[in-house]
Amino acid sequence: MFEHYLSLFIKSIFIENMALAFFLGMCTFLAVSKRVETATGLGIAVVVVQAITVPVNNLIYNHVLREGALAWAGLPDVNLTFLGLITYIGVIAAMVQILEMTLDKYVPALYNSLGIFLPLITVNCAILGGSLFMVERNYTFAESAVFGLGSGAGFALAIIGLAGIREKMKYSNVPAGLRGLGITFITAGLMAIAFMAFSGIQL
Amino acid sequence: MKVLRKFLDSQEKHFQKGGKLERLYPLFEATDTLLFSEGVVTRYASHVRDALDLKRTMTWVVIALIPCVIMALYNTGMQANTALAALGKTGAEGWRGAILSLLGMGVDPGGLIANMVHGALYFFPIYLVTVAVGGFWEVLFAVIRKHEINEGFFVTSLLFPLILPPSIPLWQVALGISFGVVFGKEVFGGVGMNIFNPALVARAFLFFAYPAQISGDKVWLAVDGVSRATPLAEMADSAMHLSASWMDAFLGFIPGSMGETSALACLIGAAILLVTGIASWRIMLSVVVGMTAVSLLFNVIGSDTNPMFAVSPLWHFVLGGFAFGTVFMATDPVSAAMTEPGKYIYGLLIGIMVILIRVVNPAFPEGMMLAILFGNLFAAIIDRIFINANIKRRLLRNV
Repeated sequence: MFEHYLSLFIKSIFIENMALAFFLGMCTFLAVSKRVETATGLGIAVVVVQAITVPVNNLIYNHVLREGALAWAGLPDVNLTFLGLITYIGVIAAMVQILEMTLDKYVPALYNSLGIFLPLITVNCAILGGSLFMVERNYTFAESAVFGLGSGAGFALAIIGLAGIREKMKYSNVPAGLRGLGITFITAGLMAIAFMAFSGIQL
Repeated sequence: MKVLRKFLDSQEKHFQKGGKLERLYPLFEATDTLLFSEGVVTRYASHVRDALDLKRTMTWVVIALIPCVIMALYNTGMQANTALAALGKTGAEGWRGAILSLLGMGVDPGGLIANMVHGALYFFPIYLVTVAVGGFWEVLFAVIRKHEINEGFFVTSLLFPLILPPSIPLWQVALGISFGVVFGKEVFGGVGMNIFNPALVARAFLFFAYPAQISGDKVWLAVDGVSRATPLAEMADSAMHLSASWMDAFLGFIPGSMGETSALACLIGAAILLVTGIASWRIMLSVVVGMTAVSLLFNVIGSDTNPMFAVSPLWHFVLGGFAFGTVFMATDPVSAAMTEPGKYIYGLLIGIMVILIRVVNPAFPEGMMLAILFGNLFAAIIDRIFINANIKRRLLRNV
């Protein structure tokens, strides 16, 4: 049992890396990777939000949205799956808001260091992607918690790695037309080639 | 020598500002500094007084690669001749056969010269295409961006053919080196500014774009229509029997990419690089330590279904590109970690990754190329952690 969760965790970090295998959350991945400090802050925020929203969406999906899930309320024929997308986004936005207020109240230091990146996460497609993968793959509640944590950690790993490379690239002499986003796209592509090392591993 | 110097000096004015060949100055400069030592010295701080400049560094790497090149020539020819002899043929086909018969040489797998020449007929076309196409991009960028052409390209262009299988089509060689030089190096600003090793970027590009020619488990034999599994693939498939002995693999008489088969040649190269102080012993050591530790761990765990679990570190060392990658690729001073303690972590990461890919990942029998690229990816962040730790430590000291 433990082995199953461990392999799911490793799989979601490396083999199915949100940023470098699925190319999800690209806007944040490319925009907030200029400095390692901010990238680390964003990475931690993604891990926290992902680890909360995926299991919460799992509960909502299994007990409210899924076909026949409303049997407990006396409505066995109702199928609310078409509301999935909007519900997940709503849950993510609400979670981010609650998290923001909680951090502001109790851990102001962390809140200030995350700054604008916390609300930005609401529109990060890696977060929504996590919830949609959870539905598509029929994860149980425990599996979705592990998957949420792992996929968030994978995104954090990728963005910190890219930020490290971009800081090192300050010493590079990139052609004028490619400076900024252009070279970042190329770097992200080369990083994805390196991450291909994991593709095909069966866990 | 003096005549040559005078000739170069007399031609220099054409390439200076205002001369008719001004745009081609990088080409002239490259020829000049290749033949003679650099005439221009730094005028402002900071000065580094050291006999070991970039040119000498790169020259030593090329010298260290010579044993691998010799083994590449011999082994490629020997593998081809053995396969031909097994087919019962007396001569090679195509233009190579024509040249061989012109020289009056057969395809005797026991003959030293016959093997060398046959191997050279495979190695040198690939090498020439690499130099011509890669050199073209190098000169183009140097002319347009007005930076100097650098000896570093000699190393890249020699490393690249050595990690290719002999049977690879030449157009793929051209495509691969173009990708490697342009996207692996020049878009970052040229020598010394790249993040990933250009030769490995080129190889990885070919690996994923044309898996049929370069898959790493089959083909890889310099005779049309003959394919043989590499020893790594034989190990991964329990139904096959290992056809090579450990000594064969150590000396390099196994099918594989041209330059990487011989661990012995790589060790000679390693000795040259370590004695001259070009390559970092920390990286080499920690790659080997990481590889040994993880493969021993897999030996202990064991597996009923995956025979790769049982492969000993000694075998991992001599098979595939491990020795070649450890000595020549992982130690690339530009793309590796720069801090001394960071080099240990960087090397361990590569050593661990290569065994993980070889053993756990059924998609790739060989993992050295991707493991080193993976190490390159995290080299920057490893360096940063150690530099910041050092800054913190010294701040505390001077409160």
